[in-house]
Amino acid sequence: MDPTQITLVQAHAMLRSRQISARELTTAFLERIARINPIINAFITVDGEGAMAAARMADERLAQGTATPMTGIPVGVKDLFCTQHLTTTCGSKMLARFRPPYESTVTRKLKEAGAVILGKTNMDEFAMGSSNETSWFGPVRNPWDIRRIPGGSSGGSAAALAARLALATIGSDTGGSIRQPAALTGTTGLKPTYGRISRFGMIAFASSLDQAGPMAWSAADAAMVLQVIAGHDAMDSTSIRDDVPDYSAHLSTRMEGLRIGIPAEYHPESLNPEIGQALDEAGRVFGALGATLVPVSLPHTRHAIPTYYIIAPAEASSNLARFDGVRFGHRCQDPVDLKDMYTRTRSEGFGAEVKRRIMLGTYVLSSGYYDAYYRKAQKVRRLIADDFHQAFQKVDLLLTPTTPGTAFPLGEKIDDPVAMYLSDLFTINVNLAGLPGISIPCGSDSQGLPIGMQLIAPILKEAPLLSAAHAFQTATSWHQRKPEL
Amino acid sequence: MANDPLYETIIGLEVHAQMLTRSKIFCGCSTTFGAEANTQICPVCAAFPGVLPVLNRELVQMAIKTGLAVHGTIRERSEFARKNYFYPDLPAGYQISQFELPIIERGELTLDLESGEKKRIGITRIHMEVDAGKSLHEGIQGASWIDLNRTGTPLLEIVSEPDLRSSREAGAYLKKLRSILRYLQVCDGNMEEGSFRCDANVSVRRRGDTRLGTRTELKNLNSIRNVMRAIDFEADRQIDLLESGGTIVQETRLWDANLNTSRSMRGKEEAHDYRYFPEPDLPPLVITRERIDAVARQLPELPDAKAIRFSRELGLSEYDAGVLTSSREMASFFEETVQQGAHPKTAANWITVELLGRLNREGLEIEQSAVTPRRLGRLIGLIQSGDISGKIAKQVFELMFETEADPERIVAERGLKQVSDTGAIEAAVDKVLAENPTQVQQYREGKTKVAGFLVGQVMKATRGKANPAAVNAILQAKLSG
Repeated sequence: MDPTQITLVQAHAMLRSRQISARELTTAFLERIARINPIINAFITVDGEGAMAAARMADERLAQGTATPMTGIPVGVKDLFCTQHLTTTCGSKMLARFRPPYESTVTRKLKEAGAVILGKTNMDEFAMGSSNETSWFGPVRNPWDIRRIPGGSSGGSAAALAARLALATIGSDTGGSIRQPAALTGTTGLKPTYGRISRFGMIAFASSLDQAGPMAWSAADAAMVLQVIAGHDAMDSTSIRDDVPDYSAHLSTRMEGLRIGIPAEYHPESLNPEIGQALDEAGRVFGALGATLVPVSLPHTRHAIPTYYIIAPAEASSNLARFDGVRFGHRCQDPVDLKDMYTRTRSEGFGAEVKRRIMLGTYVLSSGYYDAYYRKAQKVRRLIADDFHQAFQKVDLLLTPTTPGTAFPLGEKIDDPVAMYLSDLFTINVNLAGLPGISIPCGSDSQGLPIGMQLIAPILKEAPLLSAAHAFQTATSWHQRKPEL
Repeated sequence: MANDPLYETIIGLEVHAQMLTRSKIFCGCSTTFGAEANTQICPVCAAFPGVLPVLNRELVQMAIKTGLAVHGTIRERSEFARKNYFYPDLPAGYQISQFELPIIERGELTLDLESGEKKRIGITRIHMEVDAGKSLHEGIQGASWIDLNRTGTPLLEIVSEPDLRSSREAGAYLKKLRSILRYLQVCDGNMEEGSFRCDANVSVRRRGDTRLGTRTELKNLNSIRNVMRAIDFEADRQIDLLESGGTIVQETRLWDANLNTSRSMRGKEEAHDYRYFPEPDLPPLVITRERIDAVARQLPELPDAKAIRFSRELGLSEYDAGVLTSSREMASFFEETVQQGAHPKTAANWITVELLGRLNREGLEIEQSAVTPRRLGRLIGLIQSGDISGKIAKQVFELMFETEADPERIVAERGLKQVSDTGAIEAAVDKVLAENPTQVQQYREGKTKVAGFLVGQVMKATRGKANPAAVNAILQAKLSG
């Protein structure tokens, strides 16, 4: 048996019954990474030594009976979660050698639960991108077709999973950065409610939208990871105080009485027809499981992308001001004065997409433009959130495609920012409204590339969301398809 | 001129007061002044990637206190905002402040003008914000050093309406505001160390005009005296400019206290575009009525209320009441003195005349006084009990100041206790009358003024210790007998 081909749920059972040790499991994954990562570039940093040390501790806990469901589970973490003493690059030259003196809350909780962190996964620079081509450390390749992109910005986390380089990974999602790559790699990716997981130690892109989340091979696996990383954190004033339910215990295969809304606005003409067909088929599966499909409308949907591309760059332009070469990160050689140091440090340290968004954000916040752009965008954001609120009066969940198309070839959209931004057409609204959303595999196109669908739930309804995804995965096998590598 | 009959000076002040919280505004670092550079910092105040601010609750309490003390409206919902600009001592590249929704709006202060009038000065707003670090340029070749210890120190920015009309009013406003902050124990008010800073917005207009003139902003004013001098200089500069046909340019000017002049720092065109927007890392701050009421119940008695009580209940003149409440230290000195049994009016006199006179000569503040309120109270007690005369008391006071000894000890050691024993006084009077037959004769012939000379002789003979009232009575009786 190849231990890299089992699920997290299975691995936990085997660890607990001592059929496999954490060291054996970790070794298997490290070996697989050594073989496959050079092809797909999913990891920026592999921490073999740290992983083996964590695996030894996990074995002790398993022996002592103090293990948690995550003890000994090898995971990958997107490289924007600060890990103490382990390089955290955020996919940028700016932080290529940055070793944080502190630990993000997400990785601290993973470590405390006994998870084994294999390394830091590749990503679009500062999480800005939808194809993982903006990474300073090179693009990530889609394990389904290495000439294609895996999606972004959590492209490394998605590709690592699809290539079976970890049992689960952690991503972050500001406008679709977990769900879009999950869809394009045939994996399961959950963006929880804004504030459900602490943002402390997660390098900020757009603070009012950023949210960490689990990526896994199934909803059941994702539930186990979410269980560990969710919860209030005194270090993050925007984290939610509500108790964390037992997500695994809430998983059910029954959907009787569940009403699933199909928003009319999510089936535009630009939608790949194969994705449309896959969604129709998924609807039939839900119907067979007992759910009722209800047509709904989210009338402000078409404003999502312009709204997002005002708010997110505005926050980013401010969040990225701290990368000035004074205290950490890249600093240009021999600056002649302060302005020279700022200009060259930032010109050299940031890539083109990051610069584009800093300029966009600076512009929309500028005196005389604030009311026309930023303030108006905040109003539209409220209207978008109200749309969802209205819809959830009638239905329990919403079902939409995750992406308008399947994985596209490297280089196809990198020089056309608007085409690239449209990749997040169906995911961005969920961030603007702060809702939980999950992408799960629901088909494949004529070229065999995965198709993902998105389920959206009301605030803090991660448990029914995961349960619906689990029910679907119990009835289908799309999530079990594996790319040939 | 600043007091030009043709022109009126319009002044608004922005005060930055460092709050005396134990820890910084958004992290647990200490706020102690004067520590070695960059020893009081952490990833949060040094703005490392991914860290987040957590608001200091103590600061909110202090802001509410201050708002209540100046009769401001405390917003039920206020909001933090980012003020974006690049500077090496501003680690995040933005200052977390409050912009559209400050915690406090519409307050006021009442000034007691020298004319005896009271003047109400509006306070537009008070908001919370974070202080920046310090850049050090002096004595360093080809580089600047950054000290981030001060980064994250909480500030209240207190913005007045343009209600002030002279440098004197500006000075009085700052003294009053500083006194209130000290009463509340939220700020130490130390302008030299920068824990109480002031920028002044100044414009002039012809008397009778209703429109405001173009204003300039004055910075680098590190004492109340400098604030006043800089305002006078600026008003004169603006009037001269207008009189010679020029126009005022909106700009920020830096005061140079050594040269007694100001120079342009940046014009309107070079003004920063701060790109304010709501701080997404902090939820809106909600303050309940209950919380405000709880703070209100703990509010100390403030100078205005204290002054009214001192004059109504303790019978002090309004002037004395004003002087004795001008600072928290002064008021508690007075109150502790009275607690020792000293009559309030006598205590007020001793403090405002003898004590403040002496302290002024020595250049000391009341909290540095060698004579404690307990000792001063007991000294006054010795006068009230007739143990020493007022005159001797002044002598004892000076000795107390120099030796820091108790008044009783000084009186005993130096044999200054007043003689009220009629036998001893009679003997001294008899001796003086016998030695001065001419003056006795003159008195008896109707020149009663010589009695003063004779009293003086008795006092001299007793080395001032005789009870003057007793000397007078006995002398009168003997001369008339």
